[in-house]
Amino acid sequence: MIQTKDLTKVFKLGKKDKKEIIAVEALTLNVSEGEVFGFLGPNGAGKTTTVRMLTSLIGPSKGTASVNGFTLGKQDRDIRRTVGILTETPGMYERLSAEMNLKIFAQLYDVEDVAGAVKKYLQMLGLYERRADPVGSFSKGMRQKLAIARAILHEPKVLFLDEPTSGLDPEAAKMVRDFIEGLKEHGRTIFMCTHNLDEADRLCDRIGIFKQRLIAVDTPQALRQQLYGRKVVFHLRELNPQWIQMIKVLPFVDQAEEVNGKLVISLENPERDNSEIIRMLVSAGADILFVGELRHSLEQIYLEMLHTSKKERQA
Amino acid sequence: MKHIRTIIAKEWAEVFKNRMVILMLTLLPLLFTLLPLVMLSTMGNAMGDIEGAAADVPAGFLSACEGLNAGECMQIYLVNQFMIMFMIMPIMIPITIASYSIVGEKTTRSLEPLLATPISTVELLAGKSLAAAIPAILVTWAAFGFFLLALPLLGVSAGVRAYIGGPIWLLGVLVLGPLMAIVAVNFALYVSSRVNDPRVAEQISSLVIIPLMAVLFAQLAGVIIINTAFMLIAIGVLILADIGMIYLGAQIFEREAILTRWK
Repeated sequence: MIQTKDLTKVFKLGKKDKKEIIAVEALTLNVSEGEVFGFLGPNGAGKTTTVRMLTSLIGPSKGTASVNGFTLGKQDRDIRRTVGILTETPGMYERLSAEMNLKIFAQLYDVEDVAGAVKKYLQMLGLYERRADPVGSFSKGMRQKLAIARAILHEPKVLFLDEPTSGLDPEAAKMVRDFIEGLKEHGRTIFMCTHNLDEADRLCDRIGIFKQRLIAVDTPQALRQQLYGRKVVFHLRELNPQWIQMIKVLPFVDQAEEVNGKLVISLENPERDNSEIIRMLVSAGADILFVGELRHSLEQIYLEMLHTSKKERQA
Repeated sequence: MKHIRTIIAKEWAEVFKNRMVILMLTLLPLLFTLLPLVMLSTMGNAMGDIEGAAADVPAGFLSACEGLNAGECMQIYLVNQFMIMFMIMPIMIPITIASYSIVGEKTTRSLEPLLATPISTVELLAGKSLAAAIPAILVTWAAFGFFLLALPLLGVSAGVRAYIGGPIWLLGVLVLGPLMAIVAVNFALYVSSRVNDPRVAEQISSLVIIPLMAVLFAQLAGVIIINTAFMLIAIGVLILADIGMIYLGAQIFEREAILTRWK
């Protein structure tokens, strides 16, 4: 659905000194139909520039891309016609009503039943009662909902969301997340830039960690495994250091250590090997209180990957 | 065409909620229509006094006075200066609307979603230009219509009325005015897409009035005489200028620069 190859964007800062800034460097990426792809990166990483390129708002300096089967730079109007975009700031016509705002965009996207589409999405996002009010009187959450409605009015196959829950209160953010989940269920392809790693973890099938270039791309689970492997935590009433040595010699154990009074074991396949470890510990006299998998947050993965990438660049 | 209509409707829905624009659309035409009417009325009451001054009318203008007495000749010479007012109207009004047009969308951040739609640059600029030019042209024509209707009520002679309703004024108000409006609107849109502040956009765009003021002063000084030939030449020049401005406008409207250089 979205394919890029060596997509690069260089901004020229001044005409005289010919200074350049590489905003996006050789981005090669494939996003499949119906996939929710999370695009993570710090401020200034080039996420918005990437979205702008993929929505034909700005042209690439190098590389190629296709969105929805249309080639960037050659079929830009077709791309714009078939994608929806939620920009970083909602950017509504403040003096106009919510209904008028949507009507304008429905007409510009050549929606056949303008009134029907406007009504449908105003109702779906809980704004129908306020449809005649000027957008200037709306809260931030309401504006964001309206901006989402604007982005999907024309039923685009691919949706680009730039920080969809940024600055929203928890209730509004949840509503937006639920809505995105609903879109996912309907098979829409979603390309989402976000700083909210918990949100990315919950919503995205795959994530790409990005800072000028793509640092890593995979499912959150695979990235965890890639960085940390799989670890199982054994909460014991008392931890005998001899048990650690006893477990370390097992062929399927990568590592065993005590962390904050708990026994943490790195395993390749916990589902297969946990029972044997439990049997061994019980027969050695251990009192097992609880067993669980150590789950690293996406935030840890993200920071680790960015840190590694920075080190690599410096090297 | 559908997209152009949508942009026009959007611009009008926004613009007509702006008090400054409403004031501009009502006060300016009112003032520029009342001024020549007051002058004609005053002159009509003092016809005897001004007949002597008719000798000061530039020689080149006298051909327009055929069949008129000296007082009437002086009247049409003076009222001719106000024709410029009816040309300033279709410039000043759309400048207020158009100069805010792009930069206003930049400040409210609504330009990016708008440019993300399938609308073409030509459609966008045409919609914005027409949205600014149409009200100005209609208001100017309405003001001129009111001016013509008020003339007999003020006792203006049939000869003077015939001159004002003649080809020079009609070409000026009905043809030259709209052509100038198109130049002004395109210039204002160009400025609006290049600056980051609506006030700066309006101030720079107002510079487009300078050539018209030059014509006014040149006419007052007797350097040029506004007659039918002058009008036809001006119309020809402005048609070329309009074509050039419209072509240039679409060429230099850089979506990317507008989006990425905006801070």
